[in-house]
Amino acid sequence: MSEHTKNLTLKIWRQKSARDEGHFETYQANNISPEMSFLEMLDVINEELIHKGVEPITMDHDCREGICGACGLVINGRPHGPRERTTTCQLHMRSFRDGDTITIEPFRAKAFPVIKDLMIDRGSMERIIAAGGFITAPTGSPRDANALPVPKTCADLAMDAASCIGCGACVAACPNASAMLFLSAKVSQLGLLPQGQPERLTRVRDMIAQMDAEQFGACTNFAECEAVCPKGVKLEHIARMNRDFIKSAILYRPPQASAGGA
Amino acid sequence: MPILDMTLARDGKVYFWTSSVGRKLLMAITGFAFVAFVTIHALGNLTAYMGGSAMNAYAAFLQGMAHGGGIWVFRFVMLAIFLIHATTAISLTLDNWAARPKGYREKKPQAANWASRSMRYTAIILAAFIICHLLHLTVGWRVIAPGFAHGDAYGNFVRGFQSWPISMFYIIANLCLGLHIWHGIWSFSQTLGWAHPRYDALRRFLAAVWSLLVICVNISYPIAVLSGLLK
Ligand code: FES
Repeated sequence: MSEHTKNLTLKIWRQKSARDEGHFETYQANNISPEMSFLEMLDVINEELIHKGVEPITMDHDCREGICGACGLVINGRPHGPRERTTTCQLHMRSFRDGDTITIEPFRAKAFPVIKDLMIDRGSMERIIAAGGFITAPTGSPRDANALPVPKTCADLAMDAASCIGCGACVAACPNASAMLFLSAKVSQLGLLPQGQPERLTRVRDMIAQMDAEQFGACTNFAECEAVCPKGVKLEHIARMNRDFIKSAILYRPPQASAGGA
Repeated sequence: MPILDMTLARDGKVYFWTSSVGRKLLMAITGFAFVAFVTIHALGNLTAYMGGSAMNAYAAFLQGMAHGGGIWVFRFVMLAIFLIHATTAISLTLDNWAARPKGYREKKPQAANWASRSMRYTAIILAAFIICHLLHLTVGWRVIAPGFAHGDAYGNFVRGFQSWPISMFYIIANLCLGLHIWHGIWSFSQTLGWAHPRYDALRRFLAAVWSLLVICVNISYPIAVLSGLLK
């Protein structure tokens, strides 16, 4: 068995609290099975640290099956590590070679303050959703699938946008720490479906205002986000959001206090 | 926008001009205007290959548009475009730097290329070049344009490029221009929403061909003068 296991050197960002300066710490990971996921490897390290009486490394994770978006780490300079379309939790140690040195850092952005070690606060993204990434009308319990027919191409495109898990890798990868890919996915998943139409123009406006207020950067079309997105969300959505923003600048009607009948 | 006020205690009013996407749109529109101008400028100067009198006639035509007022209107429009492009660029850049106060120890670019990563630097060289270029061939500042004669565009053009340092600076600036508008064309089309998988590959291709065409035409001038083809 030992011939298949790997020994790795890990350089991991340690930071006691939001206010702590933080620094890199080097750890040895020995006898790591290639079948382990990246997070399991960190679990093993933490186990050892606990036995040694050292504070374990804090990292965010939840589903460990690539759908919740909690687990993002910058691994060797790439959010979610070296594999395309793979979240950190779905990355396996077979992607690394024996003797490798792996640098592990938290996602970095003004809008993503580090809480502790590798764990960041993604509340800014949630507030962007809260600013308009939903439909106001109560829709009740799930309806029959075919009650509101949607052509397959539209449904597929909306689904592509909806595959965004809000992990923040796009922000982490962007040299400007811009959240445009995330935002555009959230704007598009509703803008491409009938239910999203009535609020389409206020939605894009409000969400972009929130993005700016959260101090995310602005897009310069580097396309870094698209390259690292674990769900393959496309730049196309950013262009759609820009179109919506232009339309909104022309057609937006501010809500009136006295508007509406009885 | 209650959520904005509630969460960040900020004024939640959205202004087109101050929002990041709004400023990007201003950059895109002015950038597009610049690309259009630089293309026409490059092509217009092809009159140099038809001889001195042809180029001088072309220059006289531009000077005489709308009884000489046209060129001033045009100059002020270009100045406004320049100021909008530059101020939005600076304010967006400052925002972008502020958006990541602490950087990575290790960061590998995945998709960003030479052109996109050098935009800010090529921009500075281009701004410096535009000032020199105007002093040289529009104002006729004696220090860099000895023997400048108003009304003799062709003569000024040839005398200018006969100087090696001026030609070299011109060529370098044009290489920067090529990089800048290569990413610029792709970028403004994306920002203006002219993007679709149906023609995205074409859009990339068009950006490359267009910028290459502009700089090839431009760089041909100093080469033609230095090689003695134009004199
Ligand atoms: S832990 Fe849920 S996506 Fe990785």
